[in-house]
Amino acid sequence: MDMMRPMPLPAVKEGAAPENAAIAMSVRDLRAGYGAAPVLKGVNLEIREKTVTAIIGPSGCGKSTLIRCLNRMHEAIPGATCDGEILLGGRNALAIDPVLLRREVGMVFQRPNPFPTMTIAQNVAAGLVLNGVRDRALIAETVEKSLRRAALWDEVKDKLDAPGVGLSGGQQQRLCIARALAVEPRVLLLDEPCSALDPIATGRIEELLIQIKDQLTVVIVTHNMQQAARVSEYTVFMLMGEMVEYGLTRRMFTQPADKRTEDYITGRFG
Amino acid sequence: MKRQFDADLEDLRARLLRMGGLCEEMVHYAVKVVVDRDDSHLSKVQEWERQVNGLHIDIDEVCLRLIALHQPAAGDLRLIAAAIKINSDLERVGDQAVNIAETGVYLLKEPKIKLGDIPRMVEVAAGMLKDSLDAFARGDVELARDVIRRDDEEDRLKSQTFNELVTLMQSDASAIQRGMDIILIARNLERIADHATNVAEDVIFMVLGKDIRHSAEKI
Amino acid sequence: MNDALYARRKKVNALMFALTAACAAVASGTLLAILGYIAWKGASSISWAFLTNLPKPVGEHGGGIANAIVGSAKVVGLAGLMGIPVGVLGGVYLAEYGRGRYAFAVRYAADVMNGVPSIVVGLFAYALIVHPMKRFSALSGSVALAFIMVPIVLRNTEEFLRLVPGTIREAALALGVPRWKVTLLVILPTAGRGILTGALLALARVAGETAPLIFTAFGNRFADNGWLNPIATLPHTIFTYAISPYEDWHNQAWAAALILMIFVLLVNVTARVWLRPSSGSSH
Repeated sequence: MDMMRPMPLPAVKEGAAPENAAIAMSVRDLRAGYGAAPVLKGVNLEIREKTVTAIIGPSGCGKSTLIRCLNRMHEAIPGATCDGEILLGGRNALAIDPVLLRREVGMVFQRPNPFPTMTIAQNVAAGLVLNGVRDRALIAETVEKSLRRAALWDEVKDKLDAPGVGLSGGQQQRLCIARALAVEPRVLLLDEPCSALDPIATGRIEELLIQIKDQLTVVIVTHNMQQAARVSEYTVFMLMGEMVEYGLTRRMFTQPADKRTEDYITGRFG
Repeated sequence: MKRQFDADLEDLRARLLRMGGLCEEMVHYAVKVVVDRDDSHLSKVQEWERQVNGLHIDIDEVCLRLIALHQPAAGDLRLIAAAIKINSDLERVGDQAVNIAETGVYLLKEPKIKLGDIPRMVEVAAGMLKDSLDAFARGDVELARDVIRRDDEEDRLKSQTFNELVTLMQSDASAIQRGMDIILIARNLERIADHATNVAEDVIFMVLGKDIRHSAEKI
Repeated sequence: MNDALYARRKKVNALMFALTAACAAVASGTLLAILGYIAWKGASSISWAFLTNLPKPVGEHGGGIANAIVGSAKVVGLAGLMGIPVGVLGGVYLAEYGRGRYAFAVRYAADVMNGVPSIVVGLFAYALIVHPMKRFSALSGSVALAFIMVPIVLRNTEEFLRLVPGTIREAALALGVPRWKVTLLVILPTAGRGILTGALLALARVAGETAPLIFTAFGNRFADNGWLNPIATLPHTIFTYAISPYEDWHNQAWAAALILMIFVLLVNVTARVWLRPSSGSSH
């Protein structure tokens, strides 16, 4: 009888197995500080390509310092020191020209910071134009592509010549993400990108990070553990300048290996 | 840092242990109906069944609420996941106990029959139930492992009982009714032991984060 | 609360309010008084002929201050061309790299220069240019005015550059843009409005300087004669006419003063309007 034939089984998506992904950046014995006080005390970790890695930890643990060392933005602060090795595709990031490094490792900051004198399109194209690109067609194409990747195209496509600062906070932050994506970096660093935004804007940005990780590596510093859990495949837990634990997010949040990690994740301190 | 959440988790444990305690009582008195041929205990068992069912609903609600409101992680998450499963197993234990009591009442209408291994099965099952609940209360992984090892004996006793009674029923057709009842009671007791084993496995998962169900490696 | 105490406090409050309001009125009233008086005395002498004629010999009517207007424009213009770039770039240096002892010295020197009497600056320009050249010239006048402009423009530029939030610089650096490009192509344009108005105000300020021009540009009763010769300027002409014994010249002095005041007022108002924050920003 036909009704007795078994239904075809629904396909079950295999969970992502990022353990085998190549390594995008590795950090060896990184020590950094400002003036006399050391902030990072010998950090070792590896960032896997085309994944989202979240860095969590209580205030003062050094997570912002760590991420700023990755594209040498910490050098903008006088008195900042950084020793050790940061390998990007085999080259030591601390030894090459920082300008070239930053074209491959972009950054989005905590507070949205579009250039105030530029329009939306000019903001997105800034990385290209300031570095000498003149081809108008290429610029226009890159602007559209970057705005689409940042999930902002539909909202601004009719007002590309409006001032960048006229957008809402969440839109400005997505504009900054588009601007960073326009130079096609290999790695995108985000330093608490959602902390100045409301939950809806935050959700949008989390969604777009999950989308773009297929094309580039994402590293995000966040003080919101649930955000780290939602968005990342790998999590790094830092405490007082040391890397305590680093591993798959799904394991860190169900069976952390280190008691300090467990205490932080369950809110027993922080 | 003691959190409000810790008080909520304590409350959850307390409810589960209360439910476990009720189940233990139910098993004890249900068996008395069979062994002492005394149906006065039936109403007690049925009353406790009502309480166990109430707790079954409560505990699931509490677990859902804790997950929704607190986004638990790591050890807290494993505790709540284990609680949901233990809740389900204990409710089934209650059902099995009621079945034993009701079968016992039917047996009263029949002439007496030899109980054979039933008392030993009761000892093993009740012991496993008690120890699995103790293991949960204390987070005692060794005790939980011990409970799991004892399940083999219960299975063996059930097969033995089954064979003996089949032989009896083949030789004496009038014994079929009560023979079947005894087999059902053996089955109930074996199921109680299985549920206790489940509880023990959940305790190991809760404490160690290791899921040892269905795996050959149990030690 | 004690009723009498409260009443006394109210009275003291009202008294202080009246006192401070009166002082404010004196301050602003002074400006209005000056403007009004000059306008009253000078307006009658202003005519198209006045603005376009060259000065006539004493006694003859119909003389004008065309040469002074053109002369001021030339001298102040050249001073701007020399002083503004130096001041702006110096301000850029201080804002971007200005943390060491050298920067501290530069800043200190600029602040002191702002306080040096303009006549002393004029003497310096005399010694530097007029004496070796053995003649007075428009060039030397411009140099003197440039010396006065540079510290003003420099400090103003530095202040407006510092007002640009550090996050803008960070954002540009993070795109892999070299530091000098960040400064020139991002920070400078962002602070551009403030820097430009500062430069304009500096121009208006030196347009009215008289003392340094007395022994550099020296003044000239005739049409100007190139950069290397003495040249007439508005403030100097006002000075010359005002101390003369001729009433006709006195009237012309009032009129010239009015022209100068109108110019300064216009520049100030333009600067204020320009500097107003636009309504589009979402800070």
